[in-house]
Amino acid sequence: MTLYSLIHLALALAGAPLLLGIVNRIKAKIGGRTGQPLLQLYYDLAKLLRKGAVYSETTTWVFRAGPLVGLAAVVVALLVVPLGGVPAVASFTGDLVLLAYMLGLMRLATVLAALDTGSAFEGMGASREVQFAALAEPAMLLGLASMAVLTGKLSLSAMLAALSPAALPPLAAAALLLVGAAVFIVLLAENSRIPFDDPNTHLELTMIHEVMVLDHTGPDFAAIQYGAALKLWTYAAVLSGIILPIRTNCPWCDLLVGAGGVAVVVVAVGLVESGMARLRMLRVPQLLLAAVVLSLLALVLVLR
Amino acid sequence: MDMYILFIAVLAAGALVSLVLGRRAVANTIGAAASVLGGAAGLACGLAALAGQDWDLNLPWNVPMGSLHVAMDGLSGFFLAVISLICALAGVYGSGYLRPNGRTHLGSVWCFYLLLFASMGVVVAARNAMLFLVAWEAMSLTSFLLVMFDHHRAEVVRAGWTYLIATHLGTAFLLVMFLLCGRGGSMEFDAMDPQAAGAGVIFLLAMIGFGTKAGFLPLHVWLPEAHPAAPSHVSAVMSGVMIKTGIYGLLRMLEILTLQSPPPAWWGVALVATGAVSGVMGILLALAQHDLKRLLAYSSVENVGIITLGIGIGLLGRSSGNDAMAVLGFSGALLHVLNHALFKSLLFMGAGAVLHATGTREINRLGGLMKRMGTTGAMFLIASAAICGLPPLNGFVGEFCIYVASLSALEGGAAWAAVAAIGSLAMIGGLAVACFAKAFGIVFLGSPRSEEAKAAHEAPASMRVPMIILAVLCVVMGLCQPLIVASLRGSVLGLAAAPRPPEALQALWWVSAAGAAFIVLLIALALLRRRVLKGRNVAKGITWDCGYAAPDARMQYTASSFAMPLVVMFRALLGTKDTIERPQGLLPQSACAQTHTDDPFSRRVFRPVFLAVGWLGERLKWVQQGRNQLYVLYVALTVLVLLVWKLGGRP
Repeated sequence: MTLYSLIHLALALAGAPLLLGIVNRIKAKIGGRTGQPLLQLYYDLAKLLRKGAVYSETTTWVFRAGPLVGLAAVVVALLVVPLGGVPAVASFTGDLVLLAYMLGLMRLATVLAALDTGSAFEGMGASREVQFAALAEPAMLLGLASMAVLTGKLSLSAMLAALSPAALPPLAAAALLLVGAAVFIVLLAENSRIPFDDPNTHLELTMIHEVMVLDHTGPDFAAIQYGAALKLWTYAAVLSGIILPIRTNCPWCDLLVGAGGVAVVVVAVGLVESGMARLRMLRVPQLLLAAVVLSLLALVLVLR
Repeated sequence: MDMYILFIAVLAAGALVSLVLGRRAVANTIGAAASVLGGAAGLACGLAALAGQDWDLNLPWNVPMGSLHVAMDGLSGFFLAVISLICALAGVYGSGYLRPNGRTHLGSVWCFYLLLFASMGVVVAARNAMLFLVAWEAMSLTSFLLVMFDHHRAEVVRAGWTYLIATHLGTAFLLVMFLLCGRGGSMEFDAMDPQAAGAGVIFLLAMIGFGTKAGFLPLHVWLPEAHPAAPSHVSAVMSGVMIKTGIYGLLRMLEILTLQSPPPAWWGVALVATGAVSGVMGILLALAQHDLKRLLAYSSVENVGIITLGIGIGLLGRSSGNDAMAVLGFSGALLHVLNHALFKSLLFMGAGAVLHATGTREINRLGGLMKRMGTTGAMFLIASAAICGLPPLNGFVGEFCIYVASLSALEGGAAWAAVAAIGSLAMIGGLAVACFAKAFGIVFLGSPRSEEAKAAHEAPASMRVPMIILAVLCVVMGLCQPLIVASLRGSVLGLAAAPRPPEALQALWWVSAAGAAFIVLLIALALLRRRVLKGRNVAKGITWDCGYAAPDARMQYTASSFAMPLVVMFRALLGTKDTIERPQGLLPQSACAQTHTDDPFSRRVFRPVFLAVGWLGERLKWVQQGRNQLYVLYVALTVLVLLVWKLGGRP
């Protein structure tokens, strides 16, 4: 951990809601609209935090615990995520597993809170969420495993710090590209973006993430929105380290490169969202399977 | 040593006394008291062995090649401690679960239970193959009798017979294995010479024989039948610790087999493959079940798969000389043995409390129990999160060790086995969340789906207290795993043949720190929300159902619908059958949809085999005519053939 790790943490905690603003702004621009303000999510969070709460009579404390467990889990996950060459607050052998499982804990909390409402729609969303995760998780962990082989390091920070253009043989560059693609697909799926889920849809039947959180109100909903933004930052930061393997010896430059990578990822998300419609539910597992295959191909390239 | 003798003596005396008490209600108290006292003695003995107090006791026994040779070392002590803890708590739970009514012969139930407990204690301490087999058989028979507790019901009897046949087939392999090992003339573990008969053959026999008890796929078929059929405290013991005696046996044999030379790589590969297949198929089959206890039984197959993955990776580490990989693999396997014992017995106790309160194990008929059985629900939730391997609970750490072991193996010769381990662990992780979100979410959350669920009541204190203790242990063990790893150091280093623990184990401190950080953060957030909401309007409403203001419990998602997408995705593996009766006509009278997933292995593999055996028996019926003269003829002919064989060999 260095001072810069803390700067990254602060940057993530403060800047994550901006990412969704950027995605929305890009979609609006391409769609020929003015779009909502870049800081819309900040306004939303502030408004939600000023409100009271409504809880369904069906629910128990599990429902109330859901948003908080999710938020706490994603913050702890963020502690092991480096930003490009800037190491994470905590880095240790196998921290990538902790990252994946903390996000798994967040998922379980959201899913159980959804089931607690006893609503058919929320049950449906929960069911889809757990289905997609079963494929997204191997894609992510196998992809990161190939990075471990490539760099010979077993912690995310060391792994990403060891990537630099000078040290990359051509095969490794190809492997990085494959892993990047796999992690990008997982990012889209886990953050419920098009083509997996449409955050702007108005029909509960077709939602995944949004439908699970229908019954949360006030500060709880703020925790959920903020947690989702942090989750997007988490994935984008990992991906940024993979797609921009530029490591300087100056920490400020590394921070800048990392943040630039996050911006690139978010712009890419916006472009994908503008360019395509969501997939039919039945097609979604196939795309996730493709991510698993990409990760395995990367492993084939690096394991010789 | 004194503690061990006390352990056996208390359990034997308890068994005898409760048998004598018969149908009297006091048998319940005596049985539970004996299991707690025996458990305390066993725990003390096991912990002392873990702390380094080894001992060896060898008494003569007038059985050919047998001796009453028992000993304690780190490995035995570890398993004895786990067995004692779970059996003691399950005993207390059982006294609340079994209701004396003057008709049930409680004395015999407690007698079998205490004998099962004692025989497991002997299995993990025995150092002579004859003693081991006798204890193994006692364990199988007492658990069979316990499974048959509810013998008025046809499916219980069926489950019992399946179990009895499966366990004896497994024992047959063990018998052959020990005979081959003991060809040098001694059945003592420390005098065995496995190399004489070919270590590879012995290894395969051990894998099949012990794998049947542990529930390796495809030898698991008895498990989803027998575990649900037994009374819940017995299910907790069977799933929590009894199947682990199979793991113990395998580890003990591996220790003997690899004493002189490192194992060949294919052993590790075979175990990794078995573990990966058991893990993934186990959790998929669990996901497809709608009987709560059957679901839990399949999830035991999954967890044994994870343990096997750890052992396989550990063995590969040994054969490739990668110490870090070997130590981490074996540590992960042993940690998961302990952790799975804790949360699986807790889950079975929770399922038992649900059964006790509602009279049904059918997940689709339950729902909303959190409001009626708050404590059971909270404990079940903790165990569910733990079994998904989620931090900060105990289930994470074992899996973490196996992940790190596999990651550190990626650069060696065993890379693809490690990739298989990582891929299958990740997939198991995702599927386990789905499975236990279903098991907990549909049973305890939402609104009740039937009258039984509406009328549910909380379990008595004697059932709640053991559950609370186990749940607390799940949380505490999640935070202090490095200490447990330290106490396992001796046995792990022995199995891994490594001089010292690797640096990578230090990561466990970080894991504990992350867990603690999570808990602190969660508490802070909860306090923050309480402050924010103070003085504001916190209202109650109905669940949002798109403006439809009369929600009904039947509109909820059911367990089957929740699992449907995954079950459809893996239909080719599961072979799930649907029966759908569509509504007909303008005013449909009836409609129904059913899904059923029975075990693909028992349907496609074992059924045909046993049908063939039955067919063959049918064809050979003419041999048995029931006439004495004929049997005398058989005997004479056999003697003649033997004589010719013996003399024909001479020049």
